[in-house]
Amino acid sequence: MSHVLRVEKPGLFSTVQDLGRPNAIAAGVPPGGAMDRFAHRAANLLAGNNEIAATLECTLSGPELVALRSCLVAIAGADFDPHVNGRPVPAWTGIFLSQGDELTFAGRRSGARAYIAVAGGVAGDRWLGSLSTNMLAARGGMHGRLLKAGDVIAVEGQASAPAISGRQLGHHLRPDYAAHSLAAIVGPHINRLGPEGRKALFGAGFTVSRDADRMGYRLEGPLLDAAGDELLSFGLAAGAVQVPSSGQPILLMADHQTAGGYPVVATVASAAMPVAAQLLPGDEVSFAEVSLEAARRMRAAQRAALDSLIS
Amino acid sequence: MPAPLSTTGVQTHPLGDAALLAELGTRLDTALNTRAIALASALKKRRDVRQAVAGYASVTVHFDPDRTTHDALAAAIKRLASKRPPMAEPGRLHRIPVTYDGPDLEAVAEQLGLAAATVAEIHARPIYRVFLIGFVPGWGYLGPLPEELELPRRHVPRTKVPAGSVAIAGRQTGIYPLATPGGWHLIGRTSVKLFLPDSDPPCLFRAGDRVKFFAARA
Repeated sequence: MSHVLRVEKPGLFSTVQDLGRPNAIAAGVPPGGAMDRFAHRAANLLAGNNEIAATLECTLSGPELVALRSCLVAIAGADFDPHVNGRPVPAWTGIFLSQGDELTFAGRRSGARAYIAVAGGVAGDRWLGSLSTNMLAARGGMHGRLLKAGDVIAVEGQASAPAISGRQLGHHLRPDYAAHSLAAIVGPHINRLGPEGRKALFGAGFTVSRDADRMGYRLEGPLLDAAGDELLSFGLAAGAVQVPSSGQPILLMADHQTAGGYPVVATVASAAMPVAAQLLPGDEVSFAEVSLEAARRMRAAQRAALDSLIS
Repeated sequence: MPAPLSTTGVQTHPLGDAALLAELGTRLDTALNTRAIALASALKKRRDVRQAVAGYASVTVHFDPDRTTHDALAAAIKRLASKRPPMAEPGRLHRIPVTYDGPDLEAVAEQLGLAAATVAEIHARPIYRVFLIGFVPGWGYLGPLPEELELPRRHVPRTKVPAGSVAIAGRQTGIYPLATPGGWHLIGRTSVKLFLPDSDPPCLFRAGDRVKFFAARA
């Protein structure tokens, strides 16, 4: 392990995340991991890492970091207007930092979460097979907590690919974060809604409420009536749209509860989850019904975009 | 005469493009739960399955969409579900001491028309089954709770329930492993740790285990 970056200011809510701990859901532990996995993967590939390496997930504002030695970094996801030594630098691009360089962010221009990858992969505490931060259990990543001023970011090892500064993921290959229509597949309990409810679910849309975090987003808008016999609790998945008795749907995100008994009327396609990850309270969002086959094609297109970065 | 064990009728539904829900039934039933646990453990051995988690009467399967499709996996699940499940081994037995002095004990007793001591006595009588693990880290859904103690959830959930609270709702009972929000009735507390973050797996209970409560001296 070697120290590469010092945290001067941590930003509002910055954590270490990788692709999560899917095996831990059997113990009731949320899978966790990067909310926007496309941006996480792209940042890693641009920094010469394997996609499974950990990155910094920075919510609403970016940190201020100083390079303790020269390193290659890449920023992807939300646009927080990155600068190096006071000069603007492009996102979705490999950036070479020399010792003493300062990486800062001038302010949020769009989106909710930016990802910072460092060649070699961000190091941290491994818990149940993952470096992802779980704040409830206070485990994983930077000792199970948010970054704070004075923290030193180390890298796990060597980058798996040669460091190439200036390599970029083209605009047309990035998710369209401005399009807040989320492709979704009908869920196990869709028939509880009836034709009117179904129209409301896939209709004009909802607003993300203030109750929105890494566990999930409560949505405001048309109330959905999914009443019926009480369901026996079952295992859940990220992207599931639950309808509690209040009728106000909940979109489950990376740190979702692992089991529940509310009807699930739809599940957001995995290829649309990066867009969902960039939503903020007050944003409008709608669901567009797609087939499993359409969701598979969207997924394949995203995979091809990422593969274009693997030489 | 009991109805013969149904081995058909598994229904699969997409849970997005990388997971599915396989429903074996809709009843709170030990035999269905045994089948769900057996099906989950058979599915976990497949290379195209990332994780399979048993619910009360269902299995949620997280799969690798690069290796399989919903339809192919659904067909495999139908085949697996039609096989006779292996003889269920009795799960491990946990004996949990409870101090029956929860903040809702008196109200629960009043609603049920029982003495508080009787509520405690009835709660500690059965050997419960751990139907599933989930909701929050280390939580086990235990049941069936005796009918005499059946109550709907609290109208207004608490924003914070202390860790170790022993609670009931419907035909279920459970122990809050961490301080979390909760809508169940709190009838007691235990010092036994359910969530073990530095063990792997990080929880005391496994699906299929058995739990016996006993009154600890206050």
